[in-house]
Amino acid sequence: MTTVATARHPYIEALLKGYEPPHSALAWLNARRGAALERANALTVPTTRDEEWRFTDISPLTKLPFQPATGVPQLSLADLSPYVIGEAAARLVFVDGLFASELSENEGLPAGMQVSNLAEGLKHHGALVEPHLACHARFDDNVFAALNTCYLRDGALIRIAKDQVHAAPVHLLFVSTRPEIAAYPRCLVIAETGSECTVIEDYVGLTDGVYFNNTVTEIAVAANARVRHVKLQRESLGSFHIANCAVSLAKDAAYASHTVTLGARVSRHNLNVVQQGEGADARIDGLALISGRQLADTHTLLDHARPNGKSVQLHKCIAGGAAHAVFNGKVLVREGAQLTDSAQQSRNLLLSSKAHVDTKPQLEIFADDVKCSHGATVGQLDAEQVFYLMSRGLSENRARSLLTYAFGAEIIDRIPVPSLVARLEQIVLEQTQTSPTGC
Amino acid sequence: MINSNAKVLLEVRNLSATVAGVEILKGINLTVRAGEVHAIMGPNGSGKSTLAKVLVGHPAYGVSDGEVLFEGKNLFALAPEERSRAGLFLGFQYPVEIAGVSNSAFLRLIYNTVQGARGKDELDPLEFDDFVREKMKLLDMDPSFLDRSVNDGFSGGEKKRNEILQMALLEPKLAILDETDSGLDIDALRTVANSVNQLMTPHNAVVLVTHYQRLLNYIVPDYVHVMEGGKIIKTGGKALAEELESRGYDWVMDEYKAGAGAVA
Repeated sequence: MTTVATARHPYIEALLKGYEPPHSALAWLNARRGAALERANALTVPTTRDEEWRFTDISPLTKLPFQPATGVPQLSLADLSPYVIGEAAARLVFVDGLFASELSENEGLPAGMQVSNLAEGLKHHGALVEPHLACHARFDDNVFAALNTCYLRDGALIRIAKDQVHAAPVHLLFVSTRPEIAAYPRCLVIAETGSECTVIEDYVGLTDGVYFNNTVTEIAVAANARVRHVKLQRESLGSFHIANCAVSLAKDAAYASHTVTLGARVSRHNLNVVQQGEGADARIDGLALISGRQLADTHTLLDHARPNGKSVQLHKCIAGGAAHAVFNGKVLVREGAQLTDSAQQSRNLLLSSKAHVDTKPQLEIFADDVKCSHGATVGQLDAEQVFYLMSRGLSENRARSLLTYAFGAEIIDRIPVPSLVARLEQIVLEQTQTSPTGC
Repeated sequence: MINSNAKVLLEVRNLSATVAGVEILKGINLTVRAGEVHAIMGPNGSGKSTLAKVLVGHPAYGVSDGEVLFEGKNLFALAPEERSRAGLFLGFQYPVEIAGVSNSAFLRLIYNTVQGARGKDELDPLEFDDFVREKMKLLDMDPSFLDRSVNDGFSGGEKKRNEILQMALLEPKLAILDETDSGLDIDALRTVANSVNQLMTPHNAVVLVTHYQRLLNYIVPDYVHVMEGGKIIKTGGKALAEELESRGYDWVMDEYKAGAGAVA
């Protein structure tokens, strides 16, 4: 039995008050939850005085008493039809953090493709999960990852067996339907040697209320394997979304990330990619399209720990209204990670005088034979482009929305799921039309 | 084709205009009737492109004096997009690149926007695709240009063809083509000129802004105007363009100064 220390922060204290980690038959899982609970108690909620959070004030979150959901509300597949992705080979649906098997489709999958909810996976494949779960996403210095881990109950488990190549994506749909709920979604993707898969991690809000998603995703890509990861955050505009994603790449593994951030009042996306084997390849795309009083913070770490690694990153923010976008992109080239080839671009578009972008590329290089570049731009729509479109009969608003859309389309067009590309283009076009300049 | 009874499409009266507070146009007078081809020639910096930009409403240019009537209505009361919908078109000297917007979507959008504003039928994507491919054939344009972003990575000649393609789609009453011949090799020039000639009707008109007489071998002007110092200092017929080609501009300026001196 873990001795629970008194939490140092009233918010965490309130969250953990009377909390006992669920008991599993798996001793290692109990131990990891217990360790996470200890860390959650020991850590404090970050404030803008912490360097890693200096642009992102999450104090509103700490004032709200969120609790995990009990009992899945009645949702029908018709409620979810706008979000169903036709190309998907499998779909797991979670409602307010709880697995909804009747809304999910994961039967009859091809051999070598295993998609199930995590609780089920732990029951039958504990040995498979043990080397990965809570091993990639560190929680010792991250209070949200620690909270997610000590609350770890269910989530998604995807495992692609050796040399299995599956182009059809797996759709993980996390739906929030009720206010004042805190959910702790957990995803684990295991791509074995030489395998390939595409995973769509999709957060959708069906309530206007305030809720909180604290997510952790771990992706282990074995030698020569390839994972394409689409993360789509379209939470309700009143919600909070804090995500930690940890990716581990073995020798010659490839990982492509496409993160699209549209929703939430306050969101934070931490993406840590570690190249633990030689010759790994990481391609990181990000787009945040926000307006009103939204804040979207993306922190990425590309950890080149081994030689011959490659990383290409393009992060774009479009901020309208009084929105605030934050990007912190750290590229770490460790000693001995020779012949690393890394390129990072942060490009930002401000649509109004009150919108605000903080972008901070960070290069830390401890090897001497590497190629690393980075650049950041912050700008407004090009007046010549606006005029060109107007001279062809388009109104100024239409011209601006089209150009705004075009700025984001570069990221969206590279998402490897055609129906999602089409839908996102529509969403972006609508969103840019309803947020004209100057407001 | 000069027909003095034809409808006046454009009437520029004593137009002066500024860029960044500097007066570039200093009293332009120009009348364009339906069916006419006008060429505006002149050395660099004489104000030719400024005139084109002022007419279509570029925000960097300010009108300081004079007026312009388009089909009898005050042109400056219209926003740039309204001028386009009313039938005024500028073929840009430097067409703007727009990465991320597919050319086919752009062309369909502007076509349908202008058609809608004119109370005419819009085309769905399939209908439009057939329609635009026909137009592209006339311009000897590869259909692959539909799949690329607007002007993005196009060569100079490809951009100019794309401008004429837009003109063909929007069917303007008055098209101003600003240095459309620059960046074109002789074959491309012939193709583009051919297309412009095919688009000409007794009801529309073209104003060619150009440095060189070359284009005028293919699109024969009814009037040639020489601009210098923000004014039209001489107007003649096709022969004037040939004379400018062989003798340069200096003699026109000398003649103008002498004339101005005589008046003073």
